[in-house]
Amino acid sequence: MSKRIDVKDLNVYYGNFRAVEGVNINIDARSVTAFIGPSGCGKSTFLRTLNRMHEVLPGARVEGEVLLDGDNLYGSGVDPVTVRSQIGMVFQRPNPFPTMSIRDNVLAGVKLNNKRMSKSDADALVEKSLTGANLWNEVKDRLAKPGSGLSGGQQQRLCIARAIAVSPQVILMDEPCSALDPISTLAIEDLIEELKTQYTVVIVTHNMQQAARVSDKTAFFNIAGTGKPGKLIEYGDTPTIFSNPTEKATEDYVSGRFG
Amino acid sequence: MSQTLTETGRGRTGDKVFSGLTLAAGCLILFVLFCVAAFLLWQALPTFGADPSAISGGNGFWAYIWPIVIGTLIAAAIALVLATPVGVGVALFISHYAPRRLAQGLGYVVDLLAAIPSVVYGAWGIAVLAPALVGPYTWLAENAGWIPIFEGPASQTGKTMLTAGIVLSVMILPIITSLSREIFLQAPKLHEEAALAMGATRWEMIKMAVFPFARPGVISAVMLGLGRALGETMAVAMVLSGGGLIASLIKSGNQTIAAEVALNFPEAYGLRLSELIAAGLVLFVITLAVNMIARWIISRHKEFSGAN
Repeated sequence: MSKRIDVKDLNVYYGNFRAVEGVNINIDARSVTAFIGPSGCGKSTFLRTLNRMHEVLPGARVEGEVLLDGDNLYGSGVDPVTVRSQIGMVFQRPNPFPTMSIRDNVLAGVKLNNKRMSKSDADALVEKSLTGANLWNEVKDRLAKPGSGLSGGQQQRLCIARAIAVSPQVILMDEPCSALDPISTLAIEDLIEELKTQYTVVIVTHNMQQAARVSDKTAFFNIAGTGKPGKLIEYGDTPTIFSNPTEKATEDYVSGRFG
Repeated sequence: MSQTLTETGRGRTGDKVFSGLTLAAGCLILFVLFCVAAFLLWQALPTFGADPSAISGGNGFWAYIWPIVIGTLIAAAIALVLATPVGVGVALFISHYAPRRLAQGLGYVVDLLAAIPSVVYGAWGIAVLAPALVGPYTWLAENAGWIPIFEGPASQTGKTMLTAGIVLSVMILPIITSLSREIFLQAPKLHEEAALAMGATRWEMIKMAVFPFARPGVISAVMLGLGRALGETMAVAMVLSGGGLIASLIKSGNQTIAAEVALNFPEAYGLRLSELIAAGLVLFVITLAVNMIARWIISRHKEFSGAN
């Protein structure tokens, strides 16, 4: 499990508008990579190209290559459905399926890929995934209750359990804590620390302290102005980015001078 | 200039007027419903007290009403069975499959279907649909005649229960389609993306994120369609060559309550009039029951509806 991602000359478009320009980045397997930058700089848009979720929006398209252990996600004949089953995603707002129980939420992705599963296998997987998401002890007595009855932080961990239940190669997180309180945020950050032993984790965050706490490497994105495309300004080891960045814009941003 | 706390601000009058108006509107609905029910009950009363031999058919009111209740339910059932899958399918195509420009045009055309008066549907049923169906009915009678509902000999005018049901299904199609489409469009993007992001195909995404969300709305849409199918008078009265209750849907026969009332009302007086109003009362009760069952179905899964 867990594969590396290499991105080559990636341009991302919404119709004719170029939202992200010329990104080259190499993301190691079993590491946490954080994307930081001001609002609208294209970091979330770029993240969504890594599992081909960008193209579900009308008119959205991508140029360039995203290699998952050398296989181009945008190669001809690649099925986006297969890509997404290998690269899981956690969204900004917790989104467990409200009509499903906690148990069914965890199994939702597995049921897509592997229709038949014995009850004992399913139970084991539910326990393993919820334990992996640090949620098992809180919900083990109410697995049949709807997922929407949990708190925001619990819902987000349920979404993480749902993502890891399918054993993905990579987990993408799009500002997973921005709708959560500090305690829930801490729980998720601890979880990210554990997840990186098994998965490649890429996280978009607005919170620079969070990036500094959880990530091994940090990528700083920026835009020159409204209507201009977002660019990857600097990418390197997290301590370097935060204490000794090469670019002036990175230093200004991480020191709080703008953004 | 200072204002004391006990002073009432301006603009409160508008508030009062508006809340009064909404209250009045709410009460008016209840009042109208009550009046209709009271009228039906009052006018139908002589029928229930009358000597059974004086009722049409000579065997009492229940013997008279029973076949046309069944006829009404059969017509509505045919319409629902045909229109629900098509309506939901069209709605889904418009909301999730069609390119945006085509979807707009298609949605408009479907809404237009609802604007066609029922007498036009009736005329179309008689002039076009019924003759066109004579061939298929004959074929059905010959090849599937062992099934009671397709028992021959088939009607040679095509003015049968099945034809009426088909006309009704076309009439309720726009109701089911436009309501379902609105519900499908409101399915949360959040959950659709959640499904897609874990590797669901578009159909799997629809099963996971759209249908569960839309279920109560689609049931409501179907029930509204059913309400129209149960109460539709003109089209059935024109298309169906009515008669006694029979199992076969491709022979002349069967009748619906609405058509029975409409066809006989102009010449009715005295007890016959009361009888027809009693038939109307029965239809009213059936519609009420259908709506209550629908509400019950919707409320059964409240906890999982996503409203909490």
